[in-house]
Amino acid sequence: MLSAYLDMIRIRFLMMLAYRVNYYSGIIIYALNIGAYYFLWKAIYGTNEVLGGMTVGQMTTYVAVSWMARAFYFNNLDREIANEIKDGSVAVQFIRPYNYVIVKMMQGFGEGIFRLLLFSTPGMVIVCFLFPVKLPTDPGVWALFLLMLFFSFLINSQINIITGLFAFFLENNEGMMRMKRVAVDLFSGLVVPMSFFPGWAEGLLKLLPFQAITYLPGAVFTGKVAGTAAYQVLGVQLLWFVILIIPLFVLWRSARTRLFVQGG
Amino acid sequence: MFYLSLVADYLKNYMKTRLAYRSDFWIEVLSDLLFNGLNLFFILVVFQHTQQIGEWNEQQILFIYGYFMVPYGIFITFFNLWNFSERYIVKGELDRILTRPAYNLIQLMLENIDPSSLFSALTGFLIMIYSWTQLGIGLTWYDPFVFLLLVAGSIMIYGGIYIFFTSLAFFSDSPTGILPLLWNLQNYGRYPMTIYNKLLGLLLTWALPFGFVGFYPAAYFLDREHWGQFALLTPLVGLVFLTAALFIWNFGIKRYRGAGS
Repeated sequence: MLSAYLDMIRIRFLMMLAYRVNYYSGIIIYALNIGAYYFLWKAIYGTNEVLGGMTVGQMTTYVAVSWMARAFYFNNLDREIANEIKDGSVAVQFIRPYNYVIVKMMQGFGEGIFRLLLFSTPGMVIVCFLFPVKLPTDPGVWALFLLMLFFSFLINSQINIITGLFAFFLENNEGMMRMKRVAVDLFSGLVVPMSFFPGWAEGLLKLLPFQAITYLPGAVFTGKVAGTAAYQVLGVQLLWFVILIIPLFVLWRSARTRLFVQGG
Repeated sequence: MFYLSLVADYLKNYMKTRLAYRSDFWIEVLSDLLFNGLNLFFILVVFQHTQQIGEWNEQQILFIYGYFMVPYGIFITFFNLWNFSERYIVKGELDRILTRPAYNLIQLMLENIDPSSLFSALTGFLIMIYSWTQLGIGLTWYDPFVFLLLVAGSIMIYGGIYIFFTSLAFFSDSPTGILPLLWNLQNYGRYPMTIYNKLLGLLLTWALPFGFVGFYPAAYFLDREHWGQFALLTPLVGLVFLTAALFIWNFGIKRYRGAGS
């Protein structure tokens, strides 16, 4: 059974490889985004040494690594699932001898690995040449960061799948998907790191799963969070991964008895 | 007159398709506003920690951002040819357009009209008014006219750039992914050009003049002494870019032979 799932990763990886041309321009787009924020943050810092607990050097690194990490964890599983539900092809998925949710997760992972190898890694090299990004020297931080990146992917995919599965109940969950996207970009700390939010908002966002996607791994990578605190942060990610399994499971259970195919 | 009646008919058509899915329309408006809210939120949060970006304060940055949204919202209402290559060239829908009497580009624009984006322009305008009152800069009798002229110029710049890069589809039918790239570059326009380095500044002023869709025209109202004259180049640059783009477009249309099927 496991080998079937692993094959899903492989197939999706190869599928992405077939359309790789789009990705070269994608690297430039990400570099442009990082560049825009780099200049902006530089101007924002001005003569200030430290803002929101981060130096300008840490901020540059944070912006670069957040965008490159986004390339890895980002996927359109919500849209894929919603489309399969709308066009009815999900019915075929039901009769196949595998778990639909795990298959989607694996496909997302294949996509993620593809982007990590052919997008994030070369992209990061280019960005390091263009902007003063400071990479951590401690291999332990790298190992921890990669592990956290994997959990970013898991949590983000869980949120995506949950959003996608709502199509079972809402017929049209387009609005929900768009709002989820804004929520992830905003509340995960991609646009502004958590520590810049006003106190009450920061406290509120700490209770949401989104910060585990971008902010926590970024904070570890830049050295803002180090030592034992870094392991605590990993614990937070782990906790959210486990908690999010519950709504996923409940939704999936009740969705199966609710399916009606529109059109088909 | 003929074109005006076309606009009316296409709008009627648009309303009919929209009324079939009423909630979709509002969801689209709401999510457009949310995406804009994201950037607004960024500005507001950042100014909790600093007084200035470059030499510009919060209200000035908000004003620039508000201006940026006005021409963009209007432009994006009339121009949605992001999938021009696939839909019109590869699938061959352009043949249908070319057999009709109205100018092809106008038909293409009207076919893909999206009035929900006008709400973005409206929001931008409200932000401008708000920061205007906060800044306490005066209002002379010709300011509204200058504003209209500058917005028209900015729209022409958008038109010039995007029509040019869309018309590349006539010369190569492989996807290049250049349009999303431009879309990301244009966002540089909503912050002061003074914060970027020289190379980027030159690029955004003369090569891909996105500086003229946000910062320069807005600076006309904010700091007339320094930027007033330069900002008035906006309509001129717009005219040059739009004319060049239309020339290339027409040349491309003549070259178009269909892609089979």
